[in-house]
Amino acid sequence: MSVLVNKDTVLMTQGITGKAGLFHSIKCRDYGTQLVGGVTPGKGGQVVEGFKVFDSVQECKEETHANATMIFVPPPIAAAAIIEAIDAEIPLIVAITEGIPVHDMIKVKRCLYLSDSVLIGPNSPGIVTPNQAKIGIAPGNIFKPGKIGVVSRSGTLTYEAVYQTTLNGLGQTTAIGIGGDPVHGITFVDVLELFRDDPDTEGIILIGEIGGVDEVKAAEFIADEIKVPVVGFIAGVSAPAGKRMGHAGAIIEGKGTSAGAKIKALTEAGVTIAPDATLIGELMLDRINARQKYGMR
Amino acid sequence: MKLHEYQAKEMLRLSGIETPVGVVAHTADEVETLLRQMNITRGLVKAQVLTGGRGKAGGVKFFESVAQAREITDSMLQTTLVTKQTGPSGELISKVLLEQPVEISQEFYLAILIDRAKSCPTMFVSSEGGVEFDEVAEKFPDKILTIALCEEPDFRALARQINKVFRLDKETFENLVDLLEKLNHAFIENDCTLLEINPLALCVENGRLLPLDCKVNIDSNARFRQKQWSACFNNELNEHEQTAAKYGLKYIKLDGNVGCMVNGAGLAMATMDTILANGHAPANFLDVGGSASEEAVTQALKIITSDPNVKSILINIFGGILKCDIIARGIVNAVKRTGVKLPLVVRLEGTHKEEGLQIIKDSGLAITRVDSLAEGARLAGAAVED
Repeated sequence: MSVLVNKDTVLMTQGITGKAGLFHSIKCRDYGTQLVGGVTPGKGGQVVEGFKVFDSVQECKEETHANATMIFVPPPIAAAAIIEAIDAEIPLIVAITEGIPVHDMIKVKRCLYLSDSVLIGPNSPGIVTPNQAKIGIAPGNIFKPGKIGVVSRSGTLTYEAVYQTTLNGLGQTTAIGIGGDPVHGITFVDVLELFRDDPDTEGIILIGEIGGVDEVKAAEFIADEIKVPVVGFIAGVSAPAGKRMGHAGAIIEGKGTSAGAKIKALTEAGVTIAPDATLIGELMLDRINARQKYGMR
Repeated sequence: MKLHEYQAKEMLRLSGIETPVGVVAHTADEVETLLRQMNITRGLVKAQVLTGGRGKAGGVKFFESVAQAREITDSMLQTTLVTKQTGPSGELISKVLLEQPVEISQEFYLAILIDRAKSCPTMFVSSEGGVEFDEVAEKFPDKILTIALCEEPDFRALARQINKVFRLDKETFENLVDLLEKLNHAFIENDCTLLEINPLALCVENGRLLPLDCKVNIDSNARFRQKQWSACFNNELNEHEQTAAKYGLKYIKLDGNVGCMVNGAGLAMATMDTILANGHAPANFLDVGGSASEEAVTQALKIITSDPNVKSILINIFGGILKCDIIARGIVNAVKRTGVKLPLVVRLEGTHKEEGLQIIKDSGLAITRVDSLAEGARLAGAAVED
């Protein structure tokens, strides 16, 4: 099993004729994802690298029956692209674009409330269900089908955790990067809920960072709802308050948003916190083994 | 991106909001002329720094004459102001704002910021103005009113809600309605992430509501459409941070000795954390971008080594789509091109890791290769002490 994407996922790319959009579309197709075409307004009718290009999301959906879209549109018009996908009722929207103004994302969120679409990102590395579908920019060869659900706010830290669980044999059910922006689509709690309901997910890795209170909410949900072992990592213990660390979301602005507050909340919820990003996989394996041996969570 | 007080007040004026009469001085010599032009004879000298706690640290002073204004300006300019928010290094004062005093009867607090959890702008108001907000939040949490702002707020209804806190008379209430509409407009039109007015003062003379101090943060992601503030985007960046931005690198200088270069913001923070956990201090945050190309690595090495405090460098790269062997070649070439002499520790992880490490070994350069991040942090830290 898996969450959100699987072998039945039919994907389109918005911004498919752009350099990054085309490069990663090819990589996703090579991985085995059913990538059926893409959208670039004004370039409808063209075929690039075997992908059919359409002028609008609606046209692409009607002809290809795509049920997911990944967005590589540049920041100034990315919010409009997400809203176009919401209007076209695409069930899963994955926004890779980094640098969308937060006021634009507020508009996107107002549209999302009225729709059934799920938005991952923006500023997300994407989502991968190993050997079934890869949406986004993650390197496909580090994944392996298995039993760990991975959810993260960071790109390369997701790759670290995924690769560690591939090397130690645990493998992944699905790995999701929810993105590093302050106003974003799917949250930790949303993803935890999906993993809770997936019988194949036997352990969860949650990677957070400073800024916002999403991790604290996740801790509450884990304490109440999650029965499988959870290993966490929070980046930014050393970050000075008020400085933005690369991600727009990664800024300490008040209570509950510091790395320390998040680590405390997660620890109290029974999450094993990795003291170092390179130990995430090892700690997950320990927890899974302990559970099998002693039946403990 | 933070605006200085004088820039924030200019933003308010552009949105039709009245602010105290004032003028910016860059040198003590120009104070006299500027004050005469503005017809100001007494008032305040306010250090223009991007940090809070300014008043308590001596960054705001009264003057009773033009001569005294000059004297105070002279004593402030080119000195560093240390507040409880700046840390011991403080912030250099390169400009002051000279402002006419206003006779006031009450001080309020009003701010708009973005509530991440609700994904909408949210207004905070309090009857306790002129005090630092953290203090108010701690001492009188029940005196803070929080209101989420929808897309098209009814400003009269909003003002009625706020007036339960402010208790203004009928005439001033109309000023509040007008002010709220203009503030909301300013917040959205300028892509603000924070607009804080503290204090918002009630003037004795005309019953107007006047922002005496104002803090504004503008979303850096909106830089492409906030052209009027483009010069301000460098307010907070030092020379090297500006160079880094030009090459698409994200660099923030910190106070430690261990330089670090990492791909990805999350992994970069995790690397800094590991350096700290091993008893040393990171000299910087540096994200070379997901791909870590040779050009990016070269520029990053130049920027890191421009900091004289840096005694060793830890490079931590996860090779994904760009594989470790390609990255290793980039690192080797960049080290040769920049001629870096500092101890270098490299951790490579991901695809083609072994090939990558072999390339570094074969290069003959004095680069220490490590398997774990903790080991890398220990070795880079130990090199500082050698």
